[in-house]
Amino acid sequence: MAFENNVDVEHPVHDVRTAAIKNFEEKGFPSKKEEAWKYTSLNSLQKIDFSIFPKEENTLEYKDVKRYFIHEIDSYKIVFIDGIYSSYLSETTHDGVDICLMSSALTKPMYKQIIDVYFNKIASKDESLTSLNTAFSREGAYIYIPKNKMPKKPIEILHFSTGNEASLMLQPRNLVVVEENAEVQIIERHQSLTKNEVLTNAVTEIYAAKSAIVDFYKIQNDAATASLIDNTYIDQKDKSVVKVHTFSFGGKLTRNNLNFYQNGEYIDSTMKGVTILGEKQHVDHHTLVHHIEPNCESHQDYKGIYGDSSTGVFNGKIIVDKLAQKTNAFQQNNNILISDKASINTKPQLEIFADDVKCSHGCTIGQLDEEAMFYLRSRGIPEKEARALLMYAFANNVLSSVRIPELKARINKLIAKKLGVNLGFDL
Amino acid sequence: MLKIKNLHASVDGKEILRGINLEVKAGEVHAIMGPNGSGKSTLASVIAGKEEFEVTEGSIELYGEDLEDISPEERAHKGVFLSFQYPVEIPGVSVTNFMKTAINESRKAKGLEDMPAKEMLKLIREKSELLEIDRKFLSRSLNEGFSGGEKKRNEIFQMAMLEPKVAILDETDSGLDIDALRIVANGVNKLKSKDNAVILITHYQRLLEYIVPDFVHVLHNGKIVKSGGKELALELEDKGYDWLKQEATV
Repeated sequence: MAFENNVDVEHPVHDVRTAAIKNFEEKGFPSKKEEAWKYTSLNSLQKIDFSIFPKEENTLEYKDVKRYFIHEIDSYKIVFIDGIYSSYLSETTHDGVDICLMSSALTKPMYKQIIDVYFNKIASKDESLTSLNTAFSREGAYIYIPKNKMPKKPIEILHFSTGNEASLMLQPRNLVVVEENAEVQIIERHQSLTKNEVLTNAVTEIYAAKSAIVDFYKIQNDAATASLIDNTYIDQKDKSVVKVHTFSFGGKLTRNNLNFYQNGEYIDSTMKGVTILGEKQHVDHHTLVHHIEPNCESHQDYKGIYGDSSTGVFNGKIIVDKLAQKTNAFQQNNNILISDKASINTKPQLEIFADDVKCSHGCTIGQLDEEAMFYLRSRGIPEKEARALLMYAFANNVLSSVRIPELKARINKLIAKKLGVNLGFDL
Repeated sequence: MLKIKNLHASVDGKEILRGINLEVKAGEVHAIMGPNGSGKSTLASVIAGKEEFEVTEGSIELYGEDLEDISPEERAHKGVFLSFQYPVEIPGVSVTNFMKTAINESRKAKGLEDMPAKEMLKLIREKSELLEIDRKFLSRSLNEGFSGGEKKRNEIFQMAMLEPKVAILDETDSGLDIDALRIVANGVNKLKSKDNAVILITHYQRLLEYIVPDFVHVLHNGKIVKSGGKELALELEDKGYDWLKQEATV
């Protein structure tokens, strides 16, 4: 892939981009030799000759993509087709809050102050794929919620790819700034609509100021030819509460790099995930929570159900700095393998330098509890439904904290579909 | 109704039931007593169809049909119910949703449509009142964080909902205080009819003061060593099991 030819020298954040492209050129794509990429190989993806920018714009009819929206609810929508903003499918706003485009934020003077303070500040300058995005991203969502504000409705960010190119690489870039005591709910989804190869290398920066509340939901249920490398960097200040839910139900290869930095006290960071995979799908959850200051909490709860020849990775890193006394850090990763060919590699990684902390971690890999199966079957629930019911129950802890009812219902439906049953009730 | 003939069952190659013969007719209440490890809970699980146990000899018949190759769920559909000694906790599934699923699956097996929601709610209300179960309790996750007494009461609630032909209550009295025992026993008595039967598995005579058995059987070493009327339970309470063990070895 030749990225160099596409560098836009006139771009307002040109210096940032130049540094980023330099870093990427030095490091290139991560290989399996690196510890962090031991179980996820990008080799086969690198062999594909991806187009970096689509040659021509494509359009979509709302009726054809309606089902990918949480359309039951009123929501702001920022929609991209092959990486290009679709004003037709979107609903943005500047009414008290800014819910609009990265491209305008990067070019219009009125946003310069915010961009100068936040753009590419928490995102890694070392990680090569993040640098790749920094260098080449053209578009994404820009969300700015001023002090004490809350948008009237949740925000949906949708990326569609139409197969306009034989193989397309997308580099969406989101910036979310939530000021003091402000609140926002965001749902993000990447959706390929054809069998053509798509590789999305996304970067999202989230800044939660003092007492801000952010709920971010990632829906990953993409086509079998769509791969996603999702890099999320979150900077939290005093008393802020940020929850990221990741629902991974499909796609060819998905890598989630989710990084929390607690730059303040009494912070609450939550990472939850439900992964249900089949076929040859692969999902790799890499989480990092960096406890920098005292009196903060982090909660991680990832559940995985792996069937067919699917593979999963969970790597949860928790760093507790010497200064970060009274930290409470919890991490849980439970997995069920429902096929002999499926596999999961799970690894907690704790680096604790403070002495007055509470850290717990647990990972389990197992089959369904046979005693519970017998209990359900003895009540007349057939084996298949009993299995599904137990898997539902297994995933339920993660759903209980989803605060958008319509989204919860949607996720429930997706889970039911994934498990191939209809239980006739919602959890 | 239920006919157990020369039943032998083992787990991991170890024989636990060594030739049980028992006939239970409609309208009867049987109590099965015996010391720890005599095979009481195994008998209950084998009747309910737990696959961990292997039936090596003999048979269990329900209405003349051999249950050998019948799955636990099909046995439930045919009217077998087991109240578990240790009900399993299932976080994430409410009592109500669990019962809805169980009832509708049974109906499906019989070729019936799902029970209308209104009817279901009425049934749940009726049966929960019978067992003095609080409304809030029904929306809690199945058995999760329930006290011993709540778990047992919930088992009998499920029995009331499913209306089985043969209900096996495995140590339903253990872990119950006297008030809970009274409620549970009262529930069972109200569910009893001339068309169904109850098998009580218990250590103690206490439960039998509330649910009066027609027959009492003593299980020892995987066999029924003595059968009698309700007065046998009193005798056991008095003398313990040792005299029976001796009698059995003679």
